[in-house]
Amino acid sequence: MFKKILIANRGEIACRVIKTARKMGIKTVAIYSDADRNALHVKMADEAVHIGPSPANQSYIVIEKVMEAIRQTGAEAVHPGYGFLSENSKFAEALAAEGVAFIGPPVNAIEAMGDKITSKKLAQEAGVSTVPGHMGIIADADEAVKISNQVGYPVMIKASAGGGGKGMRIAWNDTEAREGFQSSKNEAANSFGDDRIFIEKFVTQPRHIEIQVLADSHGNTIYLNERECSIQRRQQKVIEEAPSPFLDEETRKAMGEQSCALAAAVGYSSAGTVEFIVDGDRNFYFLEMNTRLQVEHPVTELITGIDLVEQMIRVAYGEKLAIEQKDVQRNGWAMESRLYAEDPYRGFLPSIGRLTRYRPPVEEAENTRAVRNDTGVFEGGEISMYYDPMIAKLCTWGPDRATAIEEMRNALDGFEVEGIGHNLPFLAAVYDHPKFIEGTMTTAFIEEEYPDGFEGVTLPDAELERVAAAAVAMYRVCEIRRAQISGRMDNHERVVGTDWVVTLQNEAFATHVDADRGGANVTIGDVTRRVESDWTPGQTLARLTIDDAPLVIKVDLISAGFRVRYRGADLQVRVRTKRQAELAELMPEKVPADTSKLLLCPMPGLIVKIDVAVGDEVQEGQTLCSVEAMKMENILRAERKGIVIKINAAAGDSLAVDEVIMEFE
Amino acid sequence: MTDILQELELRRAIAHKGGGDDRIAAQHSKGKLTARERIDLLLDEGSFEEFDTFVAHRCTDFGMEKQRPYGDGVVTGWGTVNGRQVYVFSQDFTVLGGSVSATHAAKICKIMDMAIQNGAPVIGLNDSGGARIQEGVDALAGYAEIFQRNIMASGVIPQISVVMGPCAGGAVYSPAITDFIFMVKDSSYMFVTGPDVVKTVTNEVVTAEELGGASTHTKKSSVADGAFENDVEALAEVRRLIDFLPLNNVAKPPVRPFFDDVGRLDHSLDTLIPDSSNAPYDMKELILKLSDEGDFYEIQEEFAKNIITGFVRLEGSTVGVVANQPMVLAGCLDIDSSRKAARFVRFCDAFEIPILTLVDVPGFLPGTGQELGGVIKHGAKLLFAYGEATVPKVTVITRKAYGGAYDVMASKHLRGDFNYAWPTAEIAVMGAKGATEIIHRADLGNAEKIATHTQDYETRFANPFVAAERGFIDEVIMPHSTRKRVCRAFASLRGKRLTNPWKKHDNIPL
Repeated sequence: MFKKILIANRGEIACRVIKTARKMGIKTVAIYSDADRNALHVKMADEAVHIGPSPANQSYIVIEKVMEAIRQTGAEAVHPGYGFLSENSKFAEALAAEGVAFIGPPVNAIEAMGDKITSKKLAQEAGVSTVPGHMGIIADADEAVKISNQVGYPVMIKASAGGGGKGMRIAWNDTEAREGFQSSKNEAANSFGDDRIFIEKFVTQPRHIEIQVLADSHGNTIYLNERECSIQRRQQKVIEEAPSPFLDEETRKAMGEQSCALAAAVGYSSAGTVEFIVDGDRNFYFLEMNTRLQVEHPVTELITGIDLVEQMIRVAYGEKLAIEQKDVQRNGWAMESRLYAEDPYRGFLPSIGRLTRYRPPVEEAENTRAVRNDTGVFEGGEISMYYDPMIAKLCTWGPDRATAIEEMRNALDGFEVEGIGHNLPFLAAVYDHPKFIEGTMTTAFIEEEYPDGFEGVTLPDAELERVAAAAVAMYRVCEIRRAQISGRMDNHERVVGTDWVVTLQNEAFATHVDADRGGANVTIGDVTRRVESDWTPGQTLARLTIDDAPLVIKVDLISAGFRVRYRGADLQVRVRTKRQAELAELMPEKVPADTSKLLLCPMPGLIVKIDVAVGDEVQEGQTLCSVEAMKMENILRAERKGIVIKINAAAGDSLAVDEVIMEFE
Repeated sequence: MTDILQELELRRAIAHKGGGDDRIAAQHSKGKLTARERIDLLLDEGSFEEFDTFVAHRCTDFGMEKQRPYGDGVVTGWGTVNGRQVYVFSQDFTVLGGSVSATHAAKICKIMDMAIQNGAPVIGLNDSGGARIQEGVDALAGYAEIFQRNIMASGVIPQISVVMGPCAGGAVYSPAITDFIFMVKDSSYMFVTGPDVVKTVTNEVVTAEELGGASTHTKKSSVADGAFENDVEALAEVRRLIDFLPLNNVAKPPVRPFFDDVGRLDHSLDTLIPDSSNAPYDMKELILKLSDEGDFYEIQEEFAKNIITGFVRLEGSTVGVVANQPMVLAGCLDIDSSRKAARFVRFCDAFEIPILTLVDVPGFLPGTGQELGGVIKHGAKLLFAYGEATVPKVTVITRKAYGGAYDVMASKHLRGDFNYAWPTAEIAVMGAKGATEIIHRADLGNAEKIATHTQDYETRFANPFVAAERGFIDEVIMPHSTRKRVCRAFASLRGKRLTNPWKKHDNIPL
């Protein structure tokens, strides 16, 4: 076996690879940029080599720098992780030239699958189902109808030069095909000056399902079941699971066998993924093949018990696969949530900064449940603007889908992240969404279910009462402690009462608390719940049981209560005596300050350009300025018509979240 | 006999009604609670003992003899906050606009005298239209009697003012003398002269809110120490503050059970200081991570944000924290931050509250604005306050401690008991670049030489060890062990006895 490997990557995947290498007794070399000087992967590796400035194009993806690090450390093989150089055939060639093993597929496989047209052609030749369609130019409406019938309805009629929905029509029958052809052609001519039209199968209710394949260099290829990755936001996967709740045995087998055929056809070895789009009738069509380890590989590992990184290393060393297709298990269900440093309340804008708190749930692997967290960050670490905003992949496993989901909900509730904006609340919301629970989601799920973005979660009444019961029991502990302060008037101490009004999410619950040594019985209306916990004031994560059912909530002290975060909801929970509650009722509701006439900086970032001047009248949608954050240039546009009366920032300024960039009349 | 008892009940009921249902409704419609409702929220349930329920004024001018309501516009007495005794007066806007008459003032003076005598804090809930004009000089005399007591009580018992309605003219000077002033957003204001007078005299057009609202006084004038959303929150938070304060200047700061580990290490603090010595970081993170349960009561949060002041608990016992905030103006000292911190340090010293100072200070802010504003004397206030303080003083230098600001920030030389530094500390007269440009002026034209000199200076001084060699730093500590070190330091100082030479009083550069 290799003595030493270099991991040409950073973040969670570098850490993930190091773990397996260490398990196999292989020494590891990390590479790092300026920004990653103190990163977790650097700490974990046996050796670390600095390879340049923070931007990836000056460090992680500069082949010569990585090669130099290999020469320096004498690493015998390189694991590229995903992204960066993982699908770069030039890198694979450079390694081969120096006799260093690439822990990935052969160069020709990378090249063949790296090109969309070539890969589709190869797939067709290997008997893989591809999206049916006619790539040639269509002469007239009659031909359009003929081809539509060959392809099978529904079809998509597309302008060759099209984009942004223009020159696109969906047809379900001959009439629509005829009309669609004509209008697409006209629209295309007008919009693009190019009226060439083609037709392909329109995939209804599309789902993204992919097959994990594993091949050795001795001609053995197996598939390790599928992963469902339909929960995506702008092509970025958010939640993945294995197996898919949608596939039947027959489809799975067909997809798996075709994937293996494709892999074999290109002489594939190592781990790879064949991505398919699957329609509502379980017709599946090849999209592309990823010639690397996928981000979401842990869900496959959890249901098959196979360590994919280990297999990749063994294959790269020239070993034969020890597993045959018949040995591949599909055991239970696994979920993966990608934790992104993106603020869901602000249109998922990237968020950077210091992780003042980072406490993932405890990793566990039992017979009936498992929690796994692949991460590349740590409490006190910095989320920089230079790299991918994904900071962790939280996975859970259970014997069935419902259990895996429930495990995930609890794991998300117990995951503490502070200092940056992150998508934990959004993830929690998805796991409680009926469509997701049913497993009937498509790739349009987020777009369709959250068309106006994410605005937080409203808890159902039953959950509110559970939270209220927990809050009152906890608050009473705080109040009793307060009444134990020194300097009290003897015999005139404060007696902490048993009746409290809990207000949360605009509802008030009158509660009665009977506390004892082990917990409290909390009565709301005519229901009494038993609340137990070892929580003490100051802990920001409270693990309770309410009538023996677990309740995990994040709590921060606020005036007369707690801020509680639970299942994606973010609540101000007030606990007051009856008298206090009655007087609080008299307090006026204060409306938040009107910021509609201000342009606020939506994220911490650098002003690249201000596009307007004081006195300008701007129209709705007009570009006002651009802000760079996380290497992304974000264009801020006017939400309504108005006149600029003041500009507070200039190009080159670094702004914090919510700083006022400009003001309108 | 029953009739006589009933008579008391009847009279009490009248007194408790204050200005009557209509005026109570009007008060509520302004988002304000009544004097008695406020007391209900401030004190432990059922603990209020009232004085002078039936006091009425004696004015006979302008038909005043026809309306002599019970209580005369102020409710006074004592009660408990979490079982600890406090005195309270709460002005009743529903009764004669809460205006101050001779008798109204006398009621306040009575409980203040009791408070000083018995060693318990006074909390004033201010909601008054001002002096009762019908009484003329009697009302003014009443104010002055209150002021005199505020002055005598200063440094003897904590005095807290909560401005919950108007507070204008002479009335402002009672809160002004007290230790803390809190305001309620949108329903309170304080000014010496109101918008109308301002308009007449200076022609400025200004609203009451701009002139003396909570935002003005917490952000600009620094008259107020904090502002709250409404009456309910204000009173809940005043209760929280009282839990941090000793009852008087000879009582120990309060202690309560705590649920935190004294020896808790926090490894995330090892990365708090950024790689670049000019990059900011949030000092509040250190405060929250070293204090018991992350509980911090900030004073003057909105003013002079380049310095942070407030109370935390260590091992259940109150400690005052003063900390430079690198996020704002690089954490430098200037007029405002010096004044803010000096007053806080003196409060702590007066009431035997130990002081923890967290230092990351690049120096005093330069500029004509500062010099012409008298930064010399204002900076001297903080220096003076630290130097005269005899309470336990523990200092942790996290990064920069440059120049005179190093001396000021509770240095060893100002009788600091424990002066710790993180390994990232840089204790020097100034930053390396500036220092090099002075020491090696001759080489200024030679960028290469200057770079070498700068590097040399950094190696020599940008660390805590030069100061540690001299004993100015008692120990260089790991950031992650800060809580443990600081707790143990204060624990070792529980028996501290230090007195200044006898003097009538000092002459701090006011």
